[in-house]
Amino acid sequence: MKLFTFKQGVHPPYKKELSKDKPIQKAGIPEKIVIPLVQHIGAPCKPDVVVGDAVKEGQMIGKARGFVSAPVHSPVSGKVKRIEKAPHPLGQDILAVIIQPNGNGEMAYMEPMGEKINKLDPTSMLSHILNAGIVGLGGAAFPAHVKFSPPRGKPINTLIINGCECEPYLAADHRLMLEHPDDLLLGAHMIGKVLGVKNIIIAIESNKPDAIKTIDHAAAHGEIVCMVTETKYPQGAEKVLIKALLNREVPSGGLPMDVGVVVSNVGTALAVCEAVRDGKPLIERVVTITGNAVKYSGNYLVKIGTPVINLIEQAGGTTGTPGKFIMGGPMMGIAQSSFDVPVIKGTSGILILKKEDYMEEEHRPCIKCSFCVQSCPISLLPSTLSLIAEAKKWGLAEKYGVNDCIECGSCAYVCPSKRPIVQFIKTAKLKLQEIKAREKK
Amino acid sequence: MENNKQALVLSTSPHIKNNESVPKIMFSVILTLIPAAAFSVYQFGLYILLLCVVSVATCIVSEYVVVRLRKRPFTLTDYSAVVTGILLVMVLPPGFPVYGVILGAVVAIVIGKQIFGGIGYNIFNPALIGRAFLAATYPVFISKWIQPRIGIDALTGTAVADALSSATPLASMKFDGIGTPFISLFFGTTGGSIGETSAFLIILGSLYLISKKYIKWRIPASIFVTVFILGQIFHYIKPDQYPGGVFHLFAGGLMMGGLYMATDMVTSPLTKKGCVIFGAAIGFLVIVIRLFGGLPEGVMYAILFMNAFVPVINRATKPKIFGTWGPA
Repeated sequence: MKLFTFKQGVHPPYKKELSKDKPIQKAGIPEKIVIPLVQHIGAPCKPDVVVGDAVKEGQMIGKARGFVSAPVHSPVSGKVKRIEKAPHPLGQDILAVIIQPNGNGEMAYMEPMGEKINKLDPTSMLSHILNAGIVGLGGAAFPAHVKFSPPRGKPINTLIINGCECEPYLAADHRLMLEHPDDLLLGAHMIGKVLGVKNIIIAIESNKPDAIKTIDHAAAHGEIVCMVTETKYPQGAEKVLIKALLNREVPSGGLPMDVGVVVSNVGTALAVCEAVRDGKPLIERVVTITGNAVKYSGNYLVKIGTPVINLIEQAGGTTGTPGKFIMGGPMMGIAQSSFDVPVIKGTSGILILKKEDYMEEEHRPCIKCSFCVQSCPISLLPSTLSLIAEAKKWGLAEKYGVNDCIECGSCAYVCPSKRPIVQFIKTAKLKLQEIKAREKK
Repeated sequence: MENNKQALVLSTSPHIKNNESVPKIMFSVILTLIPAAAFSVYQFGLYILLLCVVSVATCIVSEYVVVRLRKRPFTLTDYSAVVTGILLVMVLPPGFPVYGVILGAVVAIVIGKQIFGGIGYNIFNPALIGRAFLAATYPVFISKWIQPRIGIDALTGTAVADALSSATPLASMKFDGIGTPFISLFFGTTGGSIGETSAFLIILGSLYLISKKYIKWRIPASIFVTVFILGQIFHYIKPDQYPGGVFHLFAGGLMMGGLYMATDMVTSPLTKKGCVIFGAAIGFLVIVIRLFGGLPEGVMYAILFMNAFVPVINRATKPKIFGTWGPA
């Protein structure tokens, strides 16, 4: 079988065997739930409750502010204990609603719309998606309703449901495809209907043959096509994936909709299904907890807002000396300084590595080996960019396409000088933004 | 959980890296040069070993001194100075005096590498800078070749007894019109530089490096193709004056230069297209110098000359960035 793929990229050790065969378990409800008011790209939410309020499971507690924003909900019934700044996976302390669960199980879901695709109205589906606070669950957490309402000038003809899960270690999407194929296909149909798109593709990497079989079987009589991609990183990056499947190139600085495509994660499709069919807001998600410093790797259905430390306890605690705690996968995830951070909508994995498991050494000068050049899926010159950024020549960095970088980390992964190329590139991007902001004034 | 209080490392993604490293690459280069060096010791005697030790030691000491003076981080652990030391000896004639090797090694490290800022920043191949300096300083020694298996006095480096100084195959071809059988070129039973005589062992070593992607294979490939084709063309034009393509490939320093010198990562292009242009230009220059220049051999100058163009080649062959069309 011909596998869909892209040029260059890397083959990191996948380490999926730690978690891929562990069925999704329901995680326990912790003593406190921390719901940050920013869990998406866009404007922060406005708290809709005050300290002391009783809240129900599924009740909206933070209102969306503006179009590019997404509301947040209480994942449990309980009481609002505090509204204060709390540690957030993105690094800063961010205003959060802290809830003490009471175990009553009182629910306040939205009106269920049923599952008869033909009878569903796209406009009310879209408002359900908005009110459910659904964001892209692949990691970027872009508000789903924004993605699903492209401007008039951008007709969409293809929907890609992304089940590649190319990040090593993670298996949440894999388990979800195995255990909820029908729900996620229904979700895909719903998104397709909202977008008015008939052409729906589910993309899965070849290293998940069981998921491919399951989805193929479930989709046998529908219009959805399952396309198998080569197992190569970063196959699941949307620009790369669109090129691999459809041979369309998202223009520099553009979005998938510029080439008539919307890409959504499989988890997002499932969340859409539950929101539309059952009226359930996005209050829980599947998270892989793994790494060799975790006693029992596994996949959990976790209430959003559960502090990571509670999840670690459920996974049997840590073994050895944890050296690095990463939210997300090892290639693009964010290193955390404490286990107090909560699981948020964009958390696909909790990865804890032992101290001896990763290399943190002084980086050496670039020796121009060009390994990074041969691995960059965007065809940048990462080595040159890192030198330019090191020399603080921001304007030149822009000329060399620094803003086109998708920060997949392939370059730094292969660098024999262990240069923090992604860090150099991120710095250059930030500096360019600052310069642009200053010029506007 | 107490673990919570433990220091967790914070750094930017990616959090995993593969196991390639600069020391590993340099060490592999050293390893693959050993067969050719050992063969040379067999051919020319223990004096070669002495030269190797002196050259490597001088390179290490020079690097240490300069790094200390510049108060820069210690770089000896990357083995690159050792590589330069070995490569320098490999491209010198077997009877080269010890003091000359010391001088060449100092120049290679100090002027060839550290003046530019150390590893990664040098424009020219350091070992070739060392050799070029010696070629200018000791023009007599640099062109004094010894017939293999005759032996050199282990202490003085002079050929013992009635050992004849022999011309290299390229020189005999150029100045006397005498050819050398292909088989002795390939296995190295002929006059030439220390490491250059046996094409076979050099190719063997480099194949390992190519398999590990430590050599940008497009460079030697395009050098060899260009040299062969151009050599062949001139051979057809004047068969009695110009040797054929195969002779050009295996004579002189082409194998050593094409596989180990032109492919020095630091001083070669980043892009695939750039490597092809770089290699083809070197191949062209080699033929031009060999056939029409005043020297019998031109590999060193061809590579050094093209080293200077690497930044230009990199800029000219910048790949098309994903999602862009037309000139970047």
